[in-house]
Amino acid sequence: MNDLNTNTNGEYAIEGNNLNIYYGDFRAIKDVTLKFKARKITALIGPSGCGKSTALRAFNRMNDLVPISRLEGQVLFRGKNIYDPDVDPVEVRRRIGMVFQKPNPFPKSIYDNVAWGAKINGFKGNKSDMDGLVEQSLRQAALWNEVKDKLNQSGLSLSGGQQQRLCIARTIAVKPEIILMDEPASALDPIATLRIEELIQELKQNYTILIVTHNMQQAARASDYTAFFNMGEDRAGYLVEFGETDSLFTNPQNDLTEQYITGRFG
Amino acid sequence: MSHYPEGDALLAQINGRHRRGAIWRTLFLSATIIAVLVLIALLYNVVNSAFGLTAVENKVDPASLAVDGVPLEELSKEQLVNILAAHISTGLGRRLERDQLFFETQTVFEDPALFNELCASAEPPAACALPARSQEDVYRLVLERVVEPNVVQTWSLADSVLHRSAVLAQAQQEFPDAEISFRSWLTPAFITTPQSSEPELAGVRTAILGSLWVIAITIAFSFPIGVGAAIYLEEYAQPNRINSLIQTNINNLAGVPSIIYGMLGLAIFVRVMEGFTSGAALGLMDDSTTANGRTILSAGLTLGLLILPIIIINAQEAIRAVPGSLRQASLGLGATKWQTIWHHVLPNALPGILTGAILSMSRAIGETAPLVVVGASTFITVDPSGPFSKFTVLPIQIYQWTSRPQAEFRNIAAAAILVLLVLLLTLNATAVYLRNRYSTRMA
Repeated sequence: MNDLNTNTNGEYAIEGNNLNIYYGDFRAIKDVTLKFKARKITALIGPSGCGKSTALRAFNRMNDLVPISRLEGQVLFRGKNIYDPDVDPVEVRRRIGMVFQKPNPFPKSIYDNVAWGAKINGFKGNKSDMDGLVEQSLRQAALWNEVKDKLNQSGLSLSGGQQQRLCIARTIAVKPEIILMDEPASALDPIATLRIEELIQELKQNYTILIVTHNMQQAARASDYTAFFNMGEDRAGYLVEFGETDSLFTNPQNDLTEQYITGRFG
Repeated sequence: MSHYPEGDALLAQINGRHRRGAIWRTLFLSATIIAVLVLIALLYNVVNSAFGLTAVENKVDPASLAVDGVPLEELSKEQLVNILAAHISTGLGRRLERDQLFFETQTVFEDPALFNELCASAEPPAACALPARSQEDVYRLVLERVVEPNVVQTWSLADSVLHRSAVLAQAQQEFPDAEISFRSWLTPAFITTPQSSEPELAGVRTAILGSLWVIAITIAFSFPIGVGAAIYLEEYAQPNRINSLIQTNINNLAGVPSIIYGMLGLAIFVRVMEGFTSGAALGLMDDSTTANGRTILSAGLTLGLLILPIIIINAQEAIRAVPGSLRQASLGLGATKWQTIWHHVLPNALPGILTGAILSMSRAIGETAPLVVVGASTFITVDPSGPFSKFTVLPIQIYQWTSRPQAEFRNIAAAAILVLLVLLLTLNATAVYLRNRYSTRMA
């Protein structure tokens, strides 16, 4: 019955249909429909408080952790609504990984930071398989050369940018299909930010990436598609415009989009 | 037109702000000094009584008991028994012999035939099952029954040191036969000998063992339950009316006077659960003591109830302090809730949880009132042998000694307080060491 495992993908890696998200009585997201192509980078942009992070978290059920939150609509992943009662959010998060705004490595060694996710998800290899997985993940996260001699040191001893790349390595070690990134570079300096952006481009070959950013240049530089969110009169976030990044930035269809990307508000 | 002061007015204004800060600083410093002074006063008070000059009058001079120049404590057991036989009545001798024989093969005071008859009877005296007394044991009996040292006066440490000559002169005048010596009431023998009705011979061995047993049971009972409840309340309980009622009650229970817990312990552990707490239900009842439900187990469980709310509250706070980002990181990797709690929340909360446990352990080890109610023994010379034994603990022992009329009991109470403080510091230091070692390994 494991639909998340057996079904093939349709045209889209993941799609949200008519999403409404509530915190108690407050509606944070209003009627959002978004479809994400596989192995592409989609940026979610918009002014502060417009609900783009909330929308992102709906795609791996992280909003479930907020007891008062409630979702209407459906999120289709491999043809299955991940909010169906027979779907375990643990499996959803194993297949749809997440990188957070503030680097949050575990207070463990660099090695264990990467290996832990594999261990708890029932990784079946022996010690050398695990060593290989750790090395491969750290290489994919462009961190291997910097940490290969100090894998036993605490993950917290790294710099902010390195910590964030460690978090990315940790996420890809459990072989997800989709990676959600919630402003992954906003706590980093420009050089570290650039490295993360380069890394995201690399990861595109293997993963579908959804990235929330408040940095428009970043969205323009680093993404294939862009979704622009705005906040309505009722403070609920809604989707204004969604399209290929190039056309959205050069030829926006909506006045609000144009005002936002030219820096007149937000 | 600016609303801010400029020039001299600005400087005056800034100086005023600094002055106010300095006043507060002085206040806080004096608060600290007061606290330190109180601590010093407490220690001074205890140490003052635990050491000092004492005047001791012996009924029989030990030097006169020496045989051929060999001092009393080096005499053989036979010689000591002879001295004892020469000084005490046959009746007392028989009683001592029925408690424990002097020699394996012969009796001194008792008729051998009668003794064998007694041993064969339905209620044989204790001596039948025990090995013979040792030389030290007999020496102690000689001191106790023959020499009978009697402390006629003690002086405080301050008097003994600062007014030594005046004290000596006074002692010379008032007690010409007494031997004056500087005495520490806290001696190795004080720690290793059991309770006695003679203050010079009394020790805290049974009380120390009792305290250690009780505290071990207290922690073993309340730590797992407390941490378990804290995990449930923090991680699983939904924020509804029942759970907030439970939470409020736990918070209030932490403030309930300890004597109430004593009443609870008496009603539940001593009375209702007597079969279990006396060990009878498990067939482990300690025959020699007949403690009924007034056992180490009852005391440990009662103190466990007392510190349970403190452990829960501290553990809850420690769990709450674990950053949400860590939980999200773990769940985001596909960990289950339990994996997140076990691998991340608990290890990171552990130092805080242990701090709470250490604090509550300190509280439990000093508790007196609930144990009086639960029925700690007031006079006990037998070491506790397990959870089902009668017991006494250090605070009870101290309380009891301070309420005796003889002044010397106050001296040994002070010595016992020092023992209690050292025991407490040792346990705390061990717990803090373990906590720090664990938390550095985590980081």
